[in-house]
This record gives sequence, C-alpha cells and structure tokens, in this order.
Amino acid sequence: MSETSPMSETLLPTPSHTVGPFYGYALPFPEGEQVAPKGHPDTIALHGYVLDGEGNPVPDAILEFWQAGPDGSLKGAPGSLRRDPVTGGFLGRNGVDFTGFGRVATDADGHYALYTLPPGNAGVPYISVCVFARGLLHHLYTRAYLADGADPLLDGLPADRRATLLAAEEPNRTYRFDIRLQGEGETVFLEFQ
Amino acid sequence: MALTQSDIDIEVNDLQNAYDKARAAGAPVQNHPPRDYAPYRSSVLRHPKQPLVAVNGGDPETVELSGPVFGPTDITDIDNDLTIQHQGEPLGERITVSGRLLDRDGRPVRGQLVEIWQANASGRYAHLRDQHPAPLDPNFTGVGRTLTDDEGRYRFTTIKPGAYPWRNHTNAWRPAHIHFSLFGTAFTQRLVTQMYFPNDPLFRYDPILRSVTDESARNRLVAAYNHDLSQPEFSLGYEWDIVLDGPSATWIEEGR
Ligand SMILES: [Fe+3]
Repeated sequence: MSETSPMSETLLPTPSHTVGPFYGYALPFPEGEQVAPKGHPDTIALHGYVLDGEGNPVPDAILEFWQAGPDGSLKGAPGSLRRDPVTGGFLGRNGVDFTGFGRVATDADGHYALYTLPPGNAGVPYISVCVFARGLLHHLYTRAYLADGADPLLDGLPADRRATLLAAEEPNRTYRFDIRLQGEGETVFLEFQ
Repeated sequence: MALTQSDIDIEVNDLQNAYDKARAAGAPVQNHPPRDYAPYRSSVLRHPKQPLVAVNGGDPETVELSGPVFGPTDITDIDNDLTIQHQGEPLGERITVSGRLLDRDGRPVRGQLVEIWQANASGRYAHLRDQHPAPLDPNFTGVGRTLTDDEGRYRFTTIKPGAYPWRNHTNAWRPAHIHFSLFGTAFTQRLVTQMYFPNDPLFRYDPILRSVTDESARNRLVAAYNHDLSQPEFSLGYEWDIVLDGPSATWIEEGR
C-alpha cells in the first residue's frame, strides 16, 4: 500500500466535541504541569493567559503540551499520571523519565504555568500546545517557540502573526506565552495535513 | 431577554439547512463541528476568526507527528470500573461501554490512554460548578481511565448518566452523554468528544450535538445497543468505535 493508496482514509473520523465545563475532576492530575520539577536548575517555566475575543481571561480552558526531550527524542515515556495501585492516588512522575507531556487547566484568572526542560527538537525549539475549553467545539493547536529563527512555519507568516507564536523570555528561565482565541493579536492556530 | 428553545431551534435549523444546501451543491463533508457555531453561545468569543495555518506533515521531524505515550503505571486495574470506586453501589442502570479505537486506515491504536467522565444517574456532576438540584451520589464520582488492548479495544463498566440542564438558553437540556478523551500515536490525532445513547429524544434540541451539521457524522457519536455485550443479571451493553482524525508519523515509519 503506498502513501497515495485509495485504501488510506477509508474510515470517517469521530467528530470532536467541546471538553465542556466539568472536565475539572477528570482530566487534570497532580503534577500535570511539572514535566520537570519546579526549582530544578535546568527547568524552564512557560506561562501566560488564555484570553477570549473580548480580552477576558478564560478560566475553564485546559492546555496540553507535547515536546521533544532535551536530547531531541520524540519517543516520550509513560508515567505522566503514575498511579498508586494501593490507594488509587497519584504518585507523581518518577523524576527520571522525561514523558514530554504536560496538562494544565487554567486557573480562575485564566492563567497557566508549565514547568519543563528545554525542548531539543531540530531547528527552532518549540513546545506544541493543544487548547481545549468550554465553548470550543474542536480543540486548537499552536506552538510556543522559545526563540526566533529560520523556521518553515514562522517564515510563512506576516510579522504580526509570527509574533503570536514567539514566547517572550523573562528572567529566571521563564517564558511568557499568552493564547488569544479571537480578535486583536489572535494567536496563530495550526492545521496539520 | 433570555433565549427560548425555539429561538435556538431557528438558528440550529438555519445552519443545518445551509450545510445541507452546500452539500447538495457539492461542498465537502464536514466531519467536525465548526468552531464558530452561535447556537452554542459559549463558542461566540472562543473561536479564532483567522483561518488555521497549514503545517505540512511531510517532515518527519514535525514534533506533532509523534505524541505522548502511556503505560500500565498510568492507570490502576480498577480504573475502568466506575461502579466500584466507593464503598457502596452507585444508583442507576449499570452499563458496559466498549469499542475499538482506530485510525482512519482502520488500524487499532494500541496501549493508548482512554479517559472518560460523566454525570451520575440523576444528571449531576461531582463538580462544584454543577449546582443544579439533582442529588449527588456518594457512591459515584464518574471518572474512568483505561488503556486500549492489542486490538485497540477499551471497556468500561459504569452507570447510564442522566440528562442535565444547562444555561445556554431557557430550558436547555443536554442529552445523556459520556465525555471521552483519546490519544493516537500522534499529537495531531488528539480527540475529545462525547458519546450519546441511541434514540434520545433530546438530540434535536441540543446545540452541542447539532453543531455537527453532517447527519452521518452526528450519528457516529451515538453508541449502538449491543445485546451480546449485555451481561446477564448485571449490565446493558453499548458498543462505540472511535476513529481518530489527523496525520501520524506511523505510516511514514512503516513505509506504507
Ligand atoms: Fe457533560
């Protein structure tokens, strides 16, 4: 079967639906925001606000993050949720494996913060972001680039739109990345083909 | 002034007719809801107005063509049985929900995390924000997780959730549904959706379900009753297969 085979894409996809307002007791898990431990000397923080079309914070969004490991690996590792088989609680990540996956619900101010290690992907380093929210019928993808540089996606964008994908470096290994769902300064959202 | 159900019905029907007309004129099938779907009022300020920017997936170094992995440490053995998470039995009609997680080529997605959450039999979520006057059930939280098996199959034991009111418009009720969160082999295949139960009379009134304007796509959100999945003296069976959209690196790696 070749890439262009008519056999491919024979099944029709299950439609997306909104995550709704009540995911809060199901999807977030302890240390979901700590792909790497807070306070570790190599850890970086990526944080910001999710904003709606009137510039108001979105307190019921949930963001997921996926990235290459510091060594560039895209294999990930299990153990993001690591459960305790005795109590049914959460053990937290094991501190050794880099899972590459983070999940953070926005707080009442619409703010999120992710703690992780610098991604080692080829080219300009970036963290892939998937946005879910009440009111959003189909999730949105974007990228938080941690530096500027030559990149096939960035280079295809006009300057003002390109700027929406660049996380701003702040002191103490911290990067600011706001996500504007609509309106002025609307974040560039992506479609994968 | 508060919107009535008939105000919403008019909007829903206008958008339905517009889609059906476009399809008849040769427009492509829309398998997913439009993000801009005004009858679901919360969508109005929460959808981008600029078109999505295409990323060509041909580059195997595209980070999103791979994705998070999960394993046995990420679940416990009883996470897929929502009826045994407390000391007593939850109230409601016990059900078994099972199906396969597939990609668009029909290949099973193996060993991947499936998460569900739902209201209890009375239609109440164990969530502080759900304050409508239906009883909480001390023996039911409504959260489950499992990993798909080698055939991509998942299986949950739970209770049938109740319909519940919401504030989209006056007298807005959601049909009974279970929320599902799914991962493929690539981050681009990520899916969050909802499973419905057959023949629910609330379908036609619900702007969230109706946001999927393609009728056959909408039908793919409805599980089938499967008598063979029903267990004697125990539970009723519902079968629901899930097909993930979006490209993955797998077919590149496998040279398919
Ligand atoms: Fe719900």
